[in-house]
Amino acid sequence: MTASPVKPPLSPRKSYQRGLIDGLPFLLVVAPFAMLFGALATEAGLTIVETMGFTIVVVAGASQFAALQLMMDNAPTFVVLTTALVVNLRMAMYSAALAPYLSAAPLWKRAMMAYFNVDQTYALSFAEYERDPALPLANRIAYFAGVSTPLCPFWYFFTYLGAVLGGGIPPEYAIDFAAPIAFLAMIAPALKTVAHVSAALTSIILALALAWMPSGTGLIVAAIVAMTVGAQIELWMERRRA
Amino acid sequence: MIYSTAEIWFIIVVLGVGTFLIRFSFLGLMGGRRFPPWALRYLRYTPVAVLPGLVAPLVLWPDATGGALDPPRLMAGAVTLIAGLISKSVTIAMSAGAATLYGTMYLLG
Repeated sequence: MTASPVKPPLSPRKSYQRGLIDGLPFLLVVAPFAMLFGALATEAGLTIVETMGFTIVVVAGASQFAALQLMMDNAPTFVVLTTALVVNLRMAMYSAALAPYLSAAPLWKRAMMAYFNVDQTYALSFAEYERDPALPLANRIAYFAGVSTPLCPFWYFFTYLGAVLGGGIPPEYAIDFAAPIAFLAMIAPALKTVAHVSAALTSIILALALAWMPSGTGLIVAAIVAMTVGAQIELWMERRRA
Repeated sequence: MIYSTAEIWFIIVVLGVGTFLIRFSFLGLMGGRRFPPWALRYLRYTPVAVLPGLVAPLVLWPDATGGALDPPRLMAGAVTLIAGLISKSVTIAMSAGAATLYGTMYLLG
């Protein structure tokens, strides 16, 4: 052992391994979600190739479920796209949070990381970069790659498994309710503050009240108002605290 | 589902490209620029603004029962939400919800 007070720099390989180990537990979330998406998509009438296209091109669980649900309701294409893209808007925030740490990377690597920039890879990588601000760029990229390794390939694989196994599930298994349960399971942990709860309640009340509006457009109105309610309550709470 | 194969691929590709551009935005296109705080404030609430509104009619008026209130589905929805609030775990919430759905369906026949 050396007596040097300076920590020897971590090799990128070690950072990759750290990322891999940190990402591994999320397989428990990714696997059932992906299988469920595969099963629901083929149940709804998508072919296996279309289902895999969805999962590989989009790689965003919540928006995939949202798009699929609206497609099952035969909503117009622009409603499907608008709703699913609004669900993904939060990822602009992830992109902005990671940018200062990764902006020196070559464009193609930033593009790769953008593609793999999902809830889990963002959350783990951002925490790692904040924890060790001196981490060299190569290690930051390696860590991000490590976190992505157990998540994204398995997202595809389990979607495929669900698509192959899922078609022809009999109605008594109430598979129609798998998507609502998945959505509720995603929403509950996100209800962190009064502002989040108010936004969620606004969304529910308006979506129900505006259900008469043509296919799915009521939901878009509900979402915009709910977002505003959340933002305004946050502002109001901040001012009160000040 | 009423979409043609071309419409389905249109949805997949536009959603994929749009999602990529959202993710790439600050990493790729805008260099070191930061979000104004008001924009961050809105973005923070996008998932909780969309998903609850999407799920509410599915829980209250499920297609499978022709839109009638269904006790097993209501119970399962409530248990998923409560389990998720307490555990903060998506997996635990989903498991609890599924167990409740099948349990009540079995008990109520």
